[in-house]
Amino acid sequence: MFVKNALRAATAISLIAAGGASAETITIATVNNGDMIRMQGLTDDFTAKTGHEVEWVTLEENVLRQRVTTDITTKGGQFDIMTIGMYETPIWGANGWLVALDNLSEEYDAADILPAMAGGLSHEGTLYAAPFYGESSMIMYRTDLMEKAGLDMPKAPTWDFIREAAAAMTDRDNEINGICLRGKAGWGEGGAFITAMSNSFGARWFDMDWNAQFDSEAWANTLNFYKGMMDESGPAGYATNGFNENLSLFQQGKCGMWIDATVAASFVTNPEDSTVADQVGFALAPDTGLGKRSNWLWAWALAIPAGSQKQDAATQFIEWATSKEYIELVAAKEGWANVPPGARISLYENPNYQAVPFAQMTLDSILSADPNDSTVEESPYVGVQFAAIPEFAGIATEVSQEFSAAYAGQQTVEEALAKAQALTNDAMEAAGYR
Amino acid sequence: MARSTTTQRKALNTAFAWGIGLLIFFPILWTILTSFKTEATAIADPPVFVGFEWTLENYTAVLERSNYARFLWNSIIIAGGSTILGIIIAVPAAWSMAFVPSKRTKDILMWMLSTKMLPAVGVLYPIYLLFIKLGILDTRVGLTIVLMLINLPIIVWMLYTYFKEIPGEILEAARMDGASLREEVIYILTPMAIPGIASTLLLNVILAWNEAFWTLNLTAAKAAPLTAFIASYSSPEGLFYAKLSAASTMAIAPILVLGWFSQKQLVSGLTFGAVK
Repeated sequence: MFVKNALRAATAISLIAAGGASAETITIATVNNGDMIRMQGLTDDFTAKTGHEVEWVTLEENVLRQRVTTDITTKGGQFDIMTIGMYETPIWGANGWLVALDNLSEEYDAADILPAMAGGLSHEGTLYAAPFYGESSMIMYRTDLMEKAGLDMPKAPTWDFIREAAAAMTDRDNEINGICLRGKAGWGEGGAFITAMSNSFGARWFDMDWNAQFDSEAWANTLNFYKGMMDESGPAGYATNGFNENLSLFQQGKCGMWIDATVAASFVTNPEDSTVADQVGFALAPDTGLGKRSNWLWAWALAIPAGSQKQDAATQFIEWATSKEYIELVAAKEGWANVPPGARISLYENPNYQAVPFAQMTLDSILSADPNDSTVEESPYVGVQFAAIPEFAGIATEVSQEFSAAYAGQQTVEEALAKAQALTNDAMEAAGYR
Repeated sequence: MARSTTTQRKALNTAFAWGIGLLIFFPILWTILTSFKTEATAIADPPVFVGFEWTLENYTAVLERSNYARFLWNSIIIAGGSTILGIIIAVPAAWSMAFVPSKRTKDILMWMLSTKMLPAVGVLYPIYLLFIKLGILDTRVGLTIVLMLINLPIIVWMLYTYFKEIPGEILEAARMDGASLREEVIYILTPMAIPGIASTLLLNVILAWNEAFWTLNLTAAKAAPLTAFIASYSSPEGLFYAKLSAASTMAIAPILVLGWFSQKQLVSGLTFGAVK
């Protein structure tokens, strides 16, 4: 142990001397997701290589969003690296709040980042955050229940097939719901799901003049289909279910199908937590034949706020945490199924990773979502399950509350859509878009 | 017959009180039980109450990942410091309001209380900018001052209520015996109001310990107390309820123990002056 520590110290000292830079302590704000926690556990490797120490501030996603937004807008300088998503990055980059990541080293190989991820984390072609892991959404289904229902899941099913399969798999006596989907209010919860679903039904949030489109037939079709299917085959109280509630139901064998984040694949196939680990199949998120599927695209990425005084050390950390070497480090310590997915092309070319059951479907899902062209009809915004404008989070939270009230039967779908149309247009007018 | 009715009523009252007590304590009990389950057992449906395999793995995982001692120390300093500072400021304020009231005393008391009605988030940005200018973001000093200020109206109100119960004649007699104002407050008033001050102190330690808006928004890595420790185990993408419960149990344990041992003082203070 002493020898190991002495070697580490010697390596750090020599690196610092060679670089002519002093060791710094950087503060990183992050979320409590499995991949992030794993990264915290491996920080010693970064310290050994660079001499820099790391202090972590781990917070729940919504708390983190509020915390880092407060700090970056007031130039508080509390964090040297922030974990942010695809929604914030282009907006904050455009505002000059983030340091452009245009000086990454050659060894880092920025060209290896999946184009869909790099595109969603850039503003006007400049990368402002490096993807730590990326995700899309896909269908996770029970192979045994599908077989029992006498159906075969296609690789790329339609919504009509999903509804039919959900009805066939539903067995209320044995507490099995044919399908579990998010219905919980919140722009990142049920709001994200229904927006991605609406893309496949030909709906969009805004036309090219930023007028709300909730009065369109496509939105009525989306919501009526969702509610009809969930009333037939969904769990009781689905209007308040989010990711965790559905994960819990699926792991206990109470869902025939679940359409949600690709990152869930590692949870539902983990025999320590899931009772159905060896009976799970994967398929692309459904469509209606209009040319767009209903999967989203998201990345948790690392960015440097413009107010940071330790930008060099922060850049070194980002290069370490999102590098090919980091992926190999995780694979060596925790296995290939636990490496952060969805960020690098080379990962999907690696035969070791190709052997992971959900690897190819995750990649196919990510590749089939394009944040710059997510809707059937032309739209003025970037983003698949969101529109990357500052006003969206507030508006979409209110809209999703109206939708959840309709799912719960507190109002009709028509009433919810009319309210969504009015409140969105009001907010867009107040913000100066219309 | 009358005797038996009284005994029956007493038994009923006792059972009722225990029922209410258990109802209030149940969420805490459930959190403690969940902290000893595996993640899979923690989400089991129907829920498992006691018949599960007890494990300490969540506590081990939490202790390995987080520096619990640092969070705990920050909580002690911030909660203790803000309460003591608050008491030092509130005792003279409550004394003047109780014994030398003016025409506007009632209005001032109401105005002080009204500051508690403002949603905290409404002043987040001004306070944050002020903290940046003063260089006290993510410091225990900054947080101690903020928590003292937000709890000060409650401290003043509580002390004012207790002081009002003390006969003014006693203080008058001390004055006639030549006691200065400082001596009157320190040697006469304070000892008489000890139960009230003790319960105010305890209640405010609990309030400051549990405060989770300012402690999350004004701290980062250095001054974060146990509320931030709990928040770091909450996740919208992943079922970590058992670990979250272990972190919660570790965060509430010190204040639970303090409350348990001081319940006599707390109750006597809270009922001080209730019956004349």
